[in-house]
Amino acid sequence: MTTALTTETGSRLPGLLRRLTGDEKHAPSAHSTIDVLQVLYDRVLRITPETAGDPERNRFLLSKGHGPAAYYAVLAAHGFIPDAWLDDLAGPESRLGHHPDRLLVPGVEIGSGSLGHGLGLAVGTALGLRAQGLLTPRVYVLLGDAELDEGSNHEAIAYAGATGLENLTAVVVDNSSATHGWSGGIAGRFTVNGWTADTVDGRDHTGLYAALTGHRPRRPHLVVARVESKG
Amino acid sequence: MTAMRAAFLDTTTALLDEDPRTALVLADISASQLAPAAHRHPDRVLNVGIREQLMVGVAGGLALTGLRPIVHSYATFLVDRAYEQIKLDLDHQGVGAVLVSIGASFDGSAEGRTHQSPGDVALFDSLGDGWTVRVPGHPDEVAPLLRNATATDDPVYLRLSEQRNAQAYPDADRLRVLRQGGTNAPLVVAVGPMLDPTLAATEGMDVTVAYTHTPRPLDTAGLRALAGTEVVLVEPYLAGTSSAIVSRAMADVPHRLLALGVGQTDLRRYGDPADHVRWHGLDASGLRRSISAFLRSARS
Repeated sequence: MTTALTTETGSRLPGLLRRLTGDEKHAPSAHSTIDVLQVLYDRVLRITPETAGDPERNRFLLSKGHGPAAYYAVLAAHGFIPDAWLDDLAGPESRLGHHPDRLLVPGVEIGSGSLGHGLGLAVGTALGLRAQGLLTPRVYVLLGDAELDEGSNHEAIAYAGATGLENLTAVVVDNSSATHGWSGGIAGRFTVNGWTADTVDGRDHTGLYAALTGHRPRRPHLVVARVESKG
Repeated sequence: MTAMRAAFLDTTTALLDEDPRTALVLADISASQLAPAAHRHPDRVLNVGIREQLMVGVAGGLALTGLRPIVHSYATFLVDRAYEQIKLDLDHQGVGAVLVSIGASFDGSAEGRTHQSPGDVALFDSLGDGWTVRVPGHPDEVAPLLRNATATDDPVYLRLSEQRNAQAYPDADRLRVLRQGGTNAPLVVAVGPMLDPTLAATEGMDVTVAYTHTPRPLDTAGLRALAGTEVVLVEPYLAGTSSAIVSRAMADVPHRLLALGVGQTDLRRYGDPADHVRWHGLDASGLRRSISAFLRSARS
């Protein structure tokens, strides 16, 4: 797998992550979501601290709230939160916990942690934007392959596909951590319901960028970002 | 079609026409009745199919974009089934919605336990103090309560039922005295459709009867002003749901409390709602028995 850091925040992320984990040896590649988040925030979302409240902004919803270190590091790299916040993860006075809280962290669109909530919220967000004539912004929601075990996801997958919710992109970071696996592949769960899907190497920024911007008209889009197995 | 449900459908249809901020999320229940509204407002009337978790999740997403979602199903599917979505997709996100249920504790008596939700209001109590809970006692109370709820961004639960009183009291968000007892007479608080049976049960007794359609927030100032040392709650959901609130409000007042309502046990019986009312002791004669025994039981 390639670990090409293609953008300006790439050089800062290892240092920011070390502040969160206190682990000098912990390489960014240990974080399954880091490359997806980096490509999204560097090249796709076009959101800044100044536009964090703009109705026209793209939305990024982290559904898989577990292990948000990479998310916090990317938010710090993009100026949403001060770097100093990273030094006290989940401390008594910290605004950063092991699961993010949208009321505590600027730039965070949803509080998450309990699995299986982000996709439904993303569907509602996409519908709400459409109902208000906000046709430019896109809603991205990031899930994990094991998170798909939660049945609530499948309510959302079926409905978004059946109604052709075209301003929605789901990203599933697949590190093969689902206890019973996804026989036949993850993408099929979505495409059978009418989604388009791209499955790419989750460490390859060029491939990720193409997939994350590869949505087609009148269909919700899925990106499966495959990374090394959680082991 | 029951009267409260019809009032909800009519008012919701009007609100969708009047206010572009209003949205409606359904899980098939009442979708056919709301089809004309859906035809006029396809982007704001969203029927997700039989998917209650998604229904509440979608409402959370809509609210995050600034819309005002109304969410509707049977109480047991809307509240019991989607409880974590209410807790996390609304409460934890810091957004509100108007949740409107039908079915109540045992309107679906013939359908069985699967269609009954005596514990819904207690579940909202587990969410903290942000929720306003409305339990109208008459169909004419529904429209003003729904309009009031939709005009805000607050979290509101509107619990509709086929049980009803003969007369509407739309301005009963605080305790409204409908029968005045003597000085320091016991206070009987009737919530929503429990008013008529409570008035019948206490006929001729020296008690004060107060009514409210808004158990949350309960009018504790009114409670303290009206109560002597004996309080009786008559609620159309789980017995004792409001006991803790009364206890807190009167912590500095020596008092006795009788909390009447629906029992916790699954009766595993069908029959009519009137049968369940009787089995839970919530008909006039059952209430009279309980209240009389309570008032006689005081140690002197």
